[in-house]
Amino acid sequence: MMPDLGQYGGTVLGAYGVSVVLMVALVVWVLWRGRRVAAALAQAEARKAGRNV
Amino acid sequence: MSLWEYANPTRFMALSGRVLPFVAALGLLALGTGLVWGFFFTPDDYRQGATVKIIYLHVPSAMIAINAWFMMLVASLIWLIRRHHVSALAARAAAPVGMVMTLIALATGAIWGQPMWGTWWAWDPRLTSFLILFLFYLGYLALWAAIDDPDSAADLTSVLCLVGSVFAVLSRYAVNFWSQGLHQGASLSLDTEENVADVFYQPLLVAIGGFVLLFLTLVLIGTRTEIRARRLKALLQQERME
Repeated sequence: MMPDLGQYGGTVLGAYGVSVVLMVALVVWVLWRGRRVAAALAQAEARKAGRNV
Repeated sequence: MSLWEYANPTRFMALSGRVLPFVAALGLLALGTGLVWGFFFTPDDYRQGATVKIIYLHVPSAMIAINAWFMMLVASLIWLIRRHHVSALAARAAAPVGMVMTLIALATGAIWGQPMWGTWWAWDPRLTSFLILFLFYLGYLALWAAIDDPDSAADLTSVLCLVGSVFAVLSRYAVNFWSQGLHQGASLSLDTEENVADVFYQPLLVAIGGFVLLFLTLVLIGTRTEIRARRLKALLQQERME
């Protein structure tokens, strides 16, 4: 299944490895920050609703 | 309905919430298909050998790196002219994605360059303008983080974005108007004679589509986060005043 990369195996796999790590890190960071901010906003909205009761 | 109505944060949140799952799913599918097709099912190049497989990462990431800045430029101009908050926040959301894409383009270029050019780095016009573009992304994000007032931050980062656009243009066209340097001409062109061979071109187009959709997905999520963060900041300020 794995293609024969010949003498450039390290080069090609290195490029794919670095790119995948950076892309996964970016996606995880974007999702993590989104959830963290959404949770903090929900708490602040709840506190505001509590004050207005 | 006018396009400007989506500059309303509530409308933007509703619309983006509906389209996000489709854009994300399509993006994952295109990215996976393009990269698997390119990596496993394309032949080696007669001169570059297996390193040609790096094209499926290097070209799309470089395209996104440049075009993300142009998207930020348009959004910044909309902010400066029409004062729509969503556009300024969309520009902010695009910056980390563009920065990582620039880093991927630089890293894959260096890894590819080593066996082909015999060096990881050269002060070639395109490479240098890309490095400066990366520094502009860093500066843009640092400026957003350094200024507390969101409107002032949006104003100043928009001006920085206008200045940085010069380097985005340079990154795109450096290979055309500076003939010296190691980097070859554009891999994709409207002139079919200049294009890469079809066997590489078709999976490359799919990979580019995947990168574009991934960019859109992350910018939509990021813009939604920035809209929420802005609202959170206002609520926390209100709490402190009470």
